[in-house]
Amino acid sequence: MAKVVFKVGDDVSTDTIYPGRFMATVLPSETPQFAFADYKEFNARVKAGDLPAGAVIVGGKNFGCGSSREQAASCLASLTVVARDFARIFLQNAINVGLRTVICPTIDAAEGDELELTATEVRNKTKGAAHPIVPLPKARQAIVDAGGLIPYARKLLLQERAR
Amino acid sequence: MGMTVAEKILAKATGQAAVKAGDVLEPRVSVAMSHENAALVINQFNEVFKGTGLDARVWNPENIVVIFDHRVPAESSKTATNQKKIREFVAAQKIAKFHDVRGDQGGICHQILPENGYVRPGDVVVGTDSHTTSHGALGALAFGIGATEMAAVWTLGRVLNVEVPGTIKVEVSGEFPRGVGPKDLILHLIGTLTAEGANFKVIEFHGETIRRMSTSGRLVICNMTVEAGATSGIVPADAETERYLREEARVIDPLEPVVPDVDAVYERTLKIDVGKLAPQIACPHTVDNVKPVDAVAGTKIDQIVIGSCTNGRLDDLETAAAILKGRKVASGTRMLIFPASWRIYKDALKSGALATLVDAGAVIVNPGCGCCLGVHQGALGDQEVALSTTNRNFKGRMGNPNAEVYLCSPAVAAASALTGVISDPRKAV
Repeated sequence: MAKVVFKVGDDVSTDTIYPGRFMATVLPSETPQFAFADYKEFNARVKAGDLPAGAVIVGGKNFGCGSSREQAASCLASLTVVARDFARIFLQNAINVGLRTVICPTIDAAEGDELELTATEVRNKTKGAAHPIVPLPKARQAIVDAGGLIPYARKLLLQERAR
Repeated sequence: MGMTVAEKILAKATGQAAVKAGDVLEPRVSVAMSHENAALVINQFNEVFKGTGLDARVWNPENIVVIFDHRVPAESSKTATNQKKIREFVAAQKIAKFHDVRGDQGGICHQILPENGYVRPGDVVVGTDSHTTSHGALGALAFGIGATEMAAVWTLGRVLNVEVPGTIKVEVSGEFPRGVGPKDLILHLIGTLTAEGANFKVIEFHGETIRRMSTSGRLVICNMTVEAGATSGIVPADAETERYLREEARVIDPLEPVVPDVDAVYERTLKIDVGKLAPQIACPHTVDNVKPVDAVAGTKIDQIVIGSCTNGRLDDLETAAAILKGRKVASGTRMLIFPASWRIYKDALKSGALATLVDAGAVIVNPGCGCCLGVHQGALGDQEVALSTTNRNFKGRMGNPNAEVYLCSPAVAAASALTGVISDPRKAV
């Protein structure tokens, strides 16, 4: 079971998720402290590690639009983002760094709702409704299954050098 | 079945006869560009090699470009330390296409790549910056990627996590009215498509207006295609592309322009006649909240900004200088100018444009990303309003979530500098 801990609207940009003024901080281990930095309450909970395992952010359409800054994905890596859809670079970054993203065009959930995420749908236990998800293309799922792009690239590197 | 420019470039870069939208490919990369976020790329690159027993060497230093632009000169010790780490990496890896904080070679990455002839028609160009779409202006397929993706590119020379995008064709006709130009065209298009209307798509530009447009104008429209979500914007290479690369970028080797097949398949086609287009303004806090200037004329402005990878080129500075010559920036309004490169800075010094702007009351900031992304220089105060030729107006973009940013052309910015309120340049020129 996964609890919705934060809900945002459409077109949430990377400037909202990880403001530009913190971009000199790059290491994935250090970025969560600035997640949604201008949303004090939620940011404080991320910083304090005060979020239940599998906690979910629910977004609208075009989540993560804007900059290619990977900090916007790495700062949320301990969470799951369920959104109507994602901006291209953000989705790519999320897959690459192991942030779980769920594309769910009809998602309807409020903060506090309990969700169950299956391979094919998001079940909102609180509202008693189910919403289908859009699976990733196979080649991208392979990167997720490898544990992210670093182990995936490492495998390709070793294969190439072995030739 | 015919192919679009993007499909042709991706087919060539993967050694296939044909590719189709939706395929996930691993195209070979011609140009791999990073700025200060190379600090993270280096970290991830070393992670890829960790435990392999292999020496961590980039696949080909000739294809890698590193440019300092986001925080120059360094605004903090943290940035300075990141820049130092990158400098050492670049030297160790023998990356020669490195543009440090120097007046004889520096500037914003999306100006440095074209003016140095690093990008050629038909190239696959990736950059750890979303406005890498700019380089489609030279007939390349150019798109933004994240730092880990770039680490894989530095390792393997291929970009691993890329879907073949479908293509939207945009045909542009008509003559721009006075005071209206490429920035107004792209803002109008983003307003029409919406902020995600081209997500995972390429926008391919055609039509007589595009053919007549300078490379500077083409860089403006391709730069901002990402604000409609596009993977890339592309202007198929033509005589103007060749002129720019030969005369301005001093490229001497043969070029291989890529044009779409006559039976290329497009997802949709949009037609725009610019003959009656009004100056366009993107209002807070999304780039697709676009209105004609009349709708917001009279809005009080605290800070006017002209510059960035979008509109910091010589023609932009000269447009502003022509409007401000012998006149003054309104009292109560401040005006910041940041040219896109030091080459442009020097050209604008020689042409007199910078002196004209300073005499009018503008402050010239060194080339770089400046206040566009709110890292340093030109931050906004609470409840302040900026009018800027940059590319994003998201909440918090210029360093303050309690401020507002409107986006416009250099002509609108200059006309508004005179009055201190959003003004129509057709009435000022």
